[in-house]
Amino acid sequence: MSLDNQQQERRRPDWAALAIAALLMVVSVVIAWSTASHGAGASYARVGPTTFPYVIAVAFFGLSIWTVFEAFRGDFPAREKQEISPILWIIGGLAAQMLLLKAAGFSIATGLLFAATARAFGRGPLWKTIPIGIVLSFVVWIIFAKGLQLSLPAGPLEHLLF
Amino acid sequence: MDTFGLLAQGLLTALEPMNMLYALIGVTLGTAVGVLPGIGPALTVALLLPVTYKLDPAGSLIMFAGIYYGGMYGGSTTSILLNTPGESASIVTALEGNKMARAGRGGPALATAAIGSFVAGLIATIGLAFIAPTVVKMALSFGPAEYFALMILAFMTVSAAFGDSTLRGLTALFIGLALGLIGIDLQTGQARLAFGIPDLLDGVEVTTLAVALFAVGEAMSVAASKGGDSTIQAIKGSVWMTREDWSRSWKPWLRGTAIGFPIGAMPAGGAEIGTFLSYSVEKNLAKKPEEFGHGAIEGVAGPEAANNASAAGTLVPLLTLGLPTTATAAIMLAGFQQFGLQPGPLLFATNPQLVWGLIASLLVANLMLLVLNLPLIGVWVRLLTIPLPWLYAGILLFATLGTIGANPSTFELGMLLAFGLLGYGLRRFGYPIAPVVVGLILGPMAEQQLRRALAISQGDPSILLGSPIAVILLLLAATAVLLPLYLRARGRGKVLAQLGANED
Repeated sequence: MSLDNQQQERRRPDWAALAIAALLMVVSVVIAWSTASHGAGASYARVGPTTFPYVIAVAFFGLSIWTVFEAFRGDFPAREKQEISPILWIIGGLAAQMLLLKAAGFSIATGLLFAATARAFGRGPLWKTIPIGIVLSFVVWIIFAKGLQLSLPAGPLEHLLF
Repeated sequence: MDTFGLLAQGLLTALEPMNMLYALIGVTLGTAVGVLPGIGPALTVALLLPVTYKLDPAGSLIMFAGIYYGGMYGGSTTSILLNTPGESASIVTALEGNKMARAGRGGPALATAAIGSFVAGLIATIGLAFIAPTVVKMALSFGPAEYFALMILAFMTVSAAFGDSTLRGLTALFIGLALGLIGIDLQTGQARLAFGIPDLLDGVEVTTLAVALFAVGEAMSVAASKGGDSTIQAIKGSVWMTREDWSRSWKPWLRGTAIGFPIGAMPAGGAEIGTFLSYSVEKNLAKKPEEFGHGAIEGVAGPEAANNASAAGTLVPLLTLGLPTTATAAIMLAGFQQFGLQPGPLLFATNPQLVWGLIASLLVANLMLLVLNLPLIGVWVRLLTIPLPWLYAGILLFATLGTIGANPSTFELGMLLAFGLLGYGLRRFGYPIAPVVVGLILGPMAEQQLRRALAISQGDPSILLGSPIAVILLLLAATAVLLPLYLRARGRGKVLAQLGANED
């Protein structure tokens, strides 16, 4: 994959890679800052609970600089064009499940996720896939919550039948 | 007691009906996930962790090992018939196997893969049984400094040595290490990187991270890229191998085993490496090298044997040292910990029944897999016809089920979503996934060993270089980082990129 890049001899910096470098830098600072601000006073051991976080913060700092170099040299693999809308559907499905899980119960929340994922892969329409998802999730709920005693939140649908 | 006695006793444990049932469930699930593109053994074990919480430890671990072995079998089916490797260790199989299928020789290709996997699994599992006691004896003399050095070596080989970029491998590793810091420090009880959020005090759940990276990230990545459609090759002609097929297959099986097992057993990570080596060896030794690239049976037999042998090999460091070198092994380690067991030399002394039962059950599982994969191959092929929308919708259903089962909280699902986006980002920019998972699990253990070593020496860091073993291990770790950098700088990186350890 990386060979294509070298052949292209790109002069322009890879902006996405530079953004990653910036992100790594932010992580480095956040780890260092969080560790410093929670400093637990003096410790007997020279290597205490703060040593590892500092080492990792320094490592992120170094990786960030290294990434900047590779970004300018165009060392990152070429990326295919991506469609954004399928990702948004999946994110939406997960978010819906997350927010509805407590209120609507496992089956309804997960049914929505199921339908949204199918939609992300181009299968619809939602009025058909949502009921399919809910029924499927309900069967899964019966097997795992009743059969294997896994604690899956129950909602109106589950209470109706159990 | 000698190894045979222990193994025989283990066999008694393995042949208990309940354990047989667990093994059967494991290999069936394993084959299924191996066949299905998009999910691998690492994800499946992660999903099952919360489900098995209330089950018997020995049975659950037998099931996990069955999934691992099964995944290696099943992956070959997908590679051969679909040209889309079901898991990363089967990439090479697709090279020759799919060509054979296109030429109407899919049956023999599947057969040599399955029988080769069986032969390799059998020999390598017996190898595991014989090597494990020796490694355990050696490991008993290891102190914290040696363990720390060993973990550093594992970190470096998993992240930096293979794959197409040292930088991206190391970055992935440090992301895992940073995530491993989150939560309460084991030795002082101090909260680290929790940002005052109570949910973070327990640290990042392995299940959540693995499920998010492997299932959610993968689903987003596949949905967004809309890759080209691949067609399933119907199995035409005889499933049985001809006399010529047999005579061309048995040597590659044995050579593949001899290559795969040591590579899996060393803390070098990844079953893929062995498959690539085996492929090039077979290509060089073949009597008809011109057939390579057009469906040479050796190119299926060797790599398939190698990937199963290295799966068994991976269990050597996992069981004897508590050292995971692949994502699946890392999650299996989490499985041990869930039951309050710590793999390592002591487990052989304190819980021999479990360890030897597990090893013996692998022999049983291997036999089951041969039956599942040869006569029943048609059933698995049908799995390949599941349309992608339903497949991934189902994967996400079960992925979130695992997370909710472990911890039914909104926050946990939020983390799942966040890590899922991380996983998509990693894939998008060519970062490997396995080092993140290994870093999360092994990071806190490495830190503990380091601090223990320094506590023994009262803060004198020279203890880390105090024994020849530790020095050698650290030198190997340094080589694992520096040599690939040198090779890539000299333009030899292509070979390493091919050897890239990816997922399972």
